[in-house]
Amino acid sequence: MNEHIVKSYEDELNTLTAECARMGGLTEAQVADALNAVVGRDRTLADTVVGRDDRLDVMEIDIERKAIRLIALRQPMANDLRRTVAAMKIATNLERCGDLAKNIAKRTLVLVEAEPMQPLTRSIDRMGRLVQARLKAVLDAYTSSDLQRALSVWSQDDEVDEHYNSLFRELLTYMMGDPRTITACAHLLFVAKNLERIGDHATNIAEIIHYEITGEDLITSRPKTDGLTALA
Amino acid sequence: MQLSQFSGSRMTSQHDAAQAHAPGVHIAVNREVAGHVQGKVKLRARNVEVFYGEKQALFDVSLDVRDNAVTALIGPSGCGKSTFLRCINRMNDTVAIARVSGTIEIDGENINDRAVDPVLLRARVGMVFQKPNPFPKTIFENVAYGPRIHGLATSKSELEGVVESSLKRAGLWNEVADRLHQPGTGLSGGQQQRLVIARAIAVNPEVILMDEPCSALDPIATAKIEELIDELRTQYCLVIVTHSMAQAARVSQETAFFHLGRLVETGPTGEIFTNPRDTRTQDYITGRFG
Amino acid sequence: MTDAILAPAAARPEASARNAAMQARLKVRRGQEMRFKLYGRIAIVTALMFLVLLLGRIIHQGYTTFIDYRISIPVTLDASRIDKADLGGTNFDMIVADAVLAKLGTKDDDFGGASTKVMQIISNDLGFQLLKQVRADPSLIGKTITVTGPVKADAALYYKGEIKRSTLPENRKLDDQQLDWLDKLKSAGAVSSGFNISFLTHSDSTEPEQAGVWGAVVGSAMMLFVTALLAVPVGTLAAVYLEEFAPKNRWTDVIEVNINNLAAVPSIVYGLLGLAVFINWLGVPRSSPLVGGLVLALMALPTVIIATRSALKAVPPSIREAALGVGASKTQTVFHHVLPLAMPGVMTGAILSLAHALGETAPLLMIGMISFVPGAPENLISSATVLPVQVFIWENASERAFHERTAGAIIVLLVFMILMNLTAIMLRRRFERRW
Repeated sequence: MNEHIVKSYEDELNTLTAECARMGGLTEAQVADALNAVVGRDRTLADTVVGRDDRLDVMEIDIERKAIRLIALRQPMANDLRRTVAAMKIATNLERCGDLAKNIAKRTLVLVEAEPMQPLTRSIDRMGRLVQARLKAVLDAYTSSDLQRALSVWSQDDEVDEHYNSLFRELLTYMMGDPRTITACAHLLFVAKNLERIGDHATNIAEIIHYEITGEDLITSRPKTDGLTALA
Repeated sequence: MQLSQFSGSRMTSQHDAAQAHAPGVHIAVNREVAGHVQGKVKLRARNVEVFYGEKQALFDVSLDVRDNAVTALIGPSGCGKSTFLRCINRMNDTVAIARVSGTIEIDGENINDRAVDPVLLRARVGMVFQKPNPFPKTIFENVAYGPRIHGLATSKSELEGVVESSLKRAGLWNEVADRLHQPGTGLSGGQQQRLVIARAIAVNPEVILMDEPCSALDPIATAKIEELIDELRTQYCLVIVTHSMAQAARVSQETAFFHLGRLVETGPTGEIFTNPRDTRTQDYITGRFG
Repeated sequence: MTDAILAPAAARPEASARNAAMQARLKVRRGQEMRFKLYGRIAIVTALMFLVLLLGRIIHQGYTTFIDYRISIPVTLDASRIDKADLGGTNFDMIVADAVLAKLGTKDDDFGGASTKVMQIISNDLGFQLLKQVRADPSLIGKTITVTGPVKADAALYYKGEIKRSTLPENRKLDDQQLDWLDKLKSAGAVSSGFNISFLTHSDSTEPEQAGVWGAVVGSAMMLFVTALLAVPVGTLAAVYLEEFAPKNRWTDVIEVNINNLAAVPSIVYGLLGLAVFINWLGVPRSSPLVGGLVLALMALPTVIIATRSALKAVPPSIREAALGVGASKTQTVFHHVLPLAMPGVMTGAILSLAHALGETAPLLMIGMISFVPGAPENLISSATVLPVQVFIWENASERAFHERTAGAIIVLLVFMILMNLTAIMLRRRFERRW
C-alpha cells in the first residue's frame, strides 16, 4: 500500500496502532500474572496485578484521546477511519480485560487464606491458559493484520464456553460435597466467569479486526453454547 | 457458523430478516442507507468517450444518475470529471476540437443525437460554474434573462413572479428584495453564486450541473450553498464536480470516482467513503496518491 | 496539523555579511530606478514642450483671424447713378467709394484714381449689400443709408500690424496715402474691430476678408456622416462575425492578416482607388461628400474592425459560458451580452477612426476636392471641400491674408478634433460597465 502523502498523518496512525499493541502487551501480562497468582497462590504477584491496573486505565484514555484528535484533525476516510475506530474499541476491550484480571487478583488475595483445592486449581489453570492463548493470538493478529488468525480465534469461541461449563459443574459438585468450601468455590466461580469474559473480549477484538480489515461486519450470529438454560 | 461469507471480496446485499431469531446475539447488517429516498434513474450515460483533437480525455464512461439526489464526481486534476460534466449539457460543443461519442440519455432521450438542439437542452440542464459569473446587468435582469429568451413568461407580472420565486428558492430573496435593480456584480461572492443558481433555476431545469461551485467561496458561504444544494435535491437532479472530498462526503448521495479519464468506481457516498472497493479509490480518498 | 517540531535548521550564513551585500545591491537598484524615472520625466516634459510650441505657434498665428475690422459709412443712394431697370449693372462699389471719399473729405480726381484706391481698401461686400437692399426695397433710392462691411484684407492686415509703414512702399500692398486714409477712418470712428464671426459663417471666397470655413465645415460634416454610416456598422458587424462566428481555419487567418495590413496602407492609395473605382467606373460625382465619404470609409474600415475585435477579445469567456449555460443561442449570447460589454472599446475605436478620417487630406486631393467651392454643399452629391483641404488650398494661395486664415482654419480643425475625442471619452464613460 502506498504511504500517505502527508508523513505526519501516517506517523499519527502508526503511533495509535502501536499504542494499542503496547496496551495489548500489558493486558496480556496482567492476565498471565493474575492466572499465575491464583494457581500458585502468590500474594505478592496478586498485589502487583492490582497495582498495575491503573496504567491500563491511563492507556485507554490516552488512546481514546489520540483517536478523537485524529478524527477531528485529519478527517480519516475508509480504511484509515476504520483503523482509528478499531483502535479505540480494542482499547476499551483491553481495559475491560485488565479490570477482569484485577478482579481475579483480588479474589486470589482472599483465596490464599483458604485451603488449596488442587483439582479445581488445575481446571482453572487449563481454562486460563486457553484464554491467554486466545488473547495472545488475537493481539498478534491485530499487530500483523492477519485476518485468518483473527477469524480462527473468533470461531473457536465455544471452546472457552465448554471449559467454563465444565468448571461450573465441577464447582457445584464441590460445593455440594463440602459446604465449608462454598466461600472459596464461590470466589473460584467468579474467577472462572472472569476468565470466560476475557475470552469473550478476545472474540470481540477478533470481530473488530475483521471489520477493520474488510470493512464488513460478521453477519452470522455469534454461536453461543452456554447451556445455562438447562439446569445441571 | 458459516465461514463461507468470510472471503475478502465484497458481500452482496443481504438482510438478516430471513434468519430466524435465534437466542443469543444476533448481528444484522443492513446495507442500504436508511431514511433516504432516491428517485428513479434520470440520466444514463453509456460508453461516453471524448477526444480533444488527438488526445482522448474520457474512456468508455458509463454511469447512472438518479433523480432527486446529488451525485458527486471526484478525482484528481485532469481525470475527466469536468469533461464528463460538460458533456451532459453539451458545452463541449463550443470547443472546436472536441469530439463526443457514446450515448447520454435524459429520461430516455439521447441528447448526443444531432437532432437535439443544444440551446433547448441547456434550458433543461442548467449549469453553475466555478467562479460566480453573473451577467453585468441588474439582479432582476440576471434572473429574468433566461425565462425571457425561452418565452417562459408572457407578461411583466409573470416575469416578476418567476424572478421572485427563483430568488426565494435560491435563498437569496431576503437579501436582495430591496435592490433588484442594482447590478448583480455588486454582491458578495457567496451571494453571486446563489444568484447564478437562481438564474439557472429560473428556466425550470430538470438537471442542475455544478462545476466546483464552492471553490471560490469562504467556509460560511460554502455552507450556505451546501444547504441550498440539500434543499434543491428534493426537486432536481444534481451533479456536482468537486475537488473537496469532504464536500462530496457531506453533500452527495452517490459518488463517482474518476481517474485518468476512466470511471473507476461509483456507489452510495457512505460506502465509498467508509469502504471503497477499488484500491485506487481508497488511495485517493485517504490521501495516499503517490 | 502536526505537533512535530522541525529539526533546527542548519546554521544561517553570517547575517551581517549578507546584509551588507544586499544593501550594496539595493543601492544600485535604487539608483537605476531613479534614473529611469528621471528619463521618463524628461521625455514627458520634452513631448509637452513640443506640443505647447506647436499649439502656441498656431494660435499665435491664427488668433488674429478671429478679429476683423468693419467700416460703417453713410451712403447716399443717388438716383441719378442708379438704374432702376438694371440694378445689376449699377456700379455700387463706386457709390460706396465716393461715400468713403466724402467721409475722408477728399475729392476724387478725374481718372477715378482715388476711388480706385479706395476700392482697394474697402471690401466689395458693401457694394453687394447695397445691391441686395435696393433690390429688396427700391424705395431706398434717393435716401441715405448706413452700410457696414469689412475692410479689405490688406487694410485689416495693416490694422493688425502685419503691414508696416517701415517697409518700403514698393514692397507693400498699400501705399502711404491709403495708409493715411485708414488711419483717418479709424480715428474718425468709422472703423471698429470685433469678433470675426463671418470666418465661421461664410464659405470660401476669392476675397480673403470674406473667406470663411463654413463650407468646409459642412463638407467635412457631410463626409463624416457618410463615412460613419458606412464604416461603423459594416466594420463592427464584420468584426463580430470574424471574432465570434467564423470557423478558425486558414482562410480566416489570411483574412485577419490582410485586414491588419490594410490598416497600414498609405492613404493616398485609397485616393487612387476612389478615383479609379468610384469616380471613373461607377460615375460618382467628383469632389462630392459622397465619394469622399466612400473613400474614407474604406480607410476607416480596417481600423474599426481591429478595434472591435480587440474589444470583443477582451470580454471574458465566463460571460459567454454563462449565457450559453442559460440556453442562449450563439447570436443571443453575442448581441445581448458580449457586444454590450465590448461597447466602450468599439465606440472608442469607431470615434477615433472617424477623427482620423476627419484629418485626411491626401486621398481627398486625389478625388478632386481641391477645387474652389464658393458655397456650402447643398447635398451629398454636390461639390464640396473639407477642412484639411481648405487649409491646404489657403496655404498655397498667394495672398498674405490667406496665410492668417490658414492658421485660423487649423484652429477650427483642432477644436473639431478635440470635440470628437471628448465625445469619445464621454460616450465611453457612459457605456462602461463593471464586471
